[in-house]
Amino acid sequence: MANIKPRVKVPKKAKAGEAITIKTLISHPMESGQRKDRKTGKLIPRKIINKFVAKYNGTDVFWMDMEPAVAANPYVEFSVKLTESGTMRFEWTDDDGSVYDIEKKISVA
Amino acid sequence: MQMTRRDMFALAAGLAAVGLIQVPANASEDAVEAAIKKFAGGMPETGGVEIGAPEIAENGNTVPIEVAAAGATEIMILAAGNPSPGVGTFHFTKASAESRASTRIRLAGTQDIVAVAKMADGSTKMARREVKVTIGGCGG
Repeated sequence: MANIKPRVKVPKKAKAGEAITIKTLISHPMESGQRKDRKTGKLIPRKIINKFVAKYNGTDVFWMDMEPAVAANPYVEFSVKLTESGTMRFEWTDDDGSVYDIEKKISVA
Repeated sequence: MQMTRRDMFALAAGLAAVGLIQVPANASEDAVEAAIKKFAGGMPETGGVEIGAPEIAENGNTVPIEVAAAGATEIMILAAGNPSPGVGTFHFTKASAESRASTRIRLAGTQDIVAVAKMADGSTKMARREVKVTIGGCGG
């Protein structure tokens, strides 16, 4: 699928220990496996993003297991506190094994 | 015939009702209880978990919800009236500023949202909250 595009909103700078909010969104149909094709009447096979992970400098800081009841274009918002500058890496794992990722640098003072 | 706003609503409600008939049997309370017990290892106490959700969601395809529980390491969300109750589980770490997260979910119809939190000390807590849905988000 060509249209899968991750988007994240992360502050470029943060104070050490301060709570920062991170917003993420990825365009994905999240086909639940419960919908029928209108023409053929057959069930459309399930294809969802089943896992979302945020890693900071290689360590998992937040993750979410997803089931078909997560809406299309999964949106996840969470907060972290950081003590050192680094890179936040976001990974979404698809049912077919594909991983979509994006990285953002954060400078912590 | 001109469609009034009221007609549109009546039509939408009719379609939703037809849609509901086609949806397979909703998750029974048994399935919800089983999911809670599997996650928490027993029935948790009620309270200590916040669920932020609209009282009425016009579109069940994307309902914004927020869960929070001070000191939780994991929070599982269940939709008690969906064909299968599981929605997702948030995992928090030492780097989490607080055990709070938001997402958007699908709801097949008016139903209870259940949030179950696992605390750092091993205890578990849960909360329920009803969300009324005008147009369901599964099937169709």
